[in-house]
Amino acid sequence: MAVHSGVKGKLIGVIGDEDTCVGFLLGGIGEINKSRQPNFMVVDKNSSVSEIEDCFKNFVKRGDIDIILINQNIAEMIRHAIDNHLVPIPAVLEIPSKDHPYDPTKDSILRRAKGMFNVEDYR
Amino acid sequence: MSAKDRIPVFPSRMAMAIMKNRLKGAQKGHSLLKKKADALQMRFRSILQKIIETKTLMGEVMKEAAFSLAEAKFTTGDFNHVVLQNVTKAQIKVRSKKENVAGTNLPVFESYQDGADTYELAGLARGGQQLSKLKKNYAKAVQLLVELASLQTSFVTLDEVIKITNRRVNAIEHVIIPKIENTLSYITSELDEREREEFFRLKKVQEKKKKDKVRAEKEKAALRAKGVAMDETPNMLEDEHDEDILF
Repeated sequence: MAVHSGVKGKLIGVIGDEDTCVGFLLGGIGEINKSRQPNFMVVDKNSSVSEIEDCFKNFVKRGDIDIILINQNIAEMIRHAIDNHLVPIPAVLEIPSKDHPYDPTKDSILRRAKGMFNVEDYR
Repeated sequence: MSAKDRIPVFPSRMAMAIMKNRLKGAQKGHSLLKKKADALQMRFRSILQKIIETKTLMGEVMKEAAFSLAEAKFTTGDFNHVVLQNVTKAQIKVRSKKENVAGTNLPVFESYQDGADTYELAGLARGGQQLSKLKKNYAKAVQLLVELASLQTSFVTLDEVIKITNRRVNAIEHVIIPKIENTLSYITSELDEREREEFFRLKKVQEKKKKDKVRAEKEKAALRAKGVAMDETPNMLEDEHDEDILF
């Protein structure tokens, strides 16, 4: 893994609403690979939960993605899949979306840390 | 002390020497592992602190970024589709390095620019300033998120490693060391027991010899009383009737 990633840079994947995706794409992280697979997924109100979950699992499996950004409200929909994702790479980051403020108590990582730290203290 | 909480060895001096060495090794290992666990724990705490700080900062940065997106949309009009469809190659990529903390490899992500900006001409007609501000804001957000991702990955890895190390420390402290100590005391008691047995046997033999001697003495006295001379030993030299061996 170390040798491989030293040779080739990895991507950042995004699962989020349209505005989040557009923003990060303008930030320059979007890529479409040779088989026309994008590294982002635009979730709108027509996307089903299973669709999002499949996409998430696909990103985890792909190997060229090191970091997955996911809107917290969407992460909430596929919480079980994220809680089952225990390996450190790819890292799954929950980010606030435009219309949902960030809630630290829902974050998978911070929930694991809750035993030793009080999240409320650090808000 | 039962047979199951000690190592099955034959109680001998050599086994005791081996056990003593093992005990010393286990104690050394225990102290080293404990130090490792402490080092990891320290690192873990500082990472946790940083994660929480960065998460708070992320909230602000994302808010700013979202706001600038709205600004850009207001001036440029809706450009979502243009952006979503013009994706080609990633401009920002992530490199991962390894950092060694007390024998644990922690991945550290690092973002770097690679290739040209795909949306160089976006907002050429109007709203160019807002768009460039938007790009800058999101680039900043990406940087922060990459940092956060490496912190988070370290967090997960460290969590795992700390658990394993603590398990080992406890196993040595509560299982291995008592087992070796039990074995040692078993060997010592067994050796003592054997020594006592040996002593007892020696005593017994002495007693028997003494008894035999007394009895022999008595018999001799009895014979002497009957008039049989027992004291004089027959003289080998004054042997008168020496029969010929030949013919």
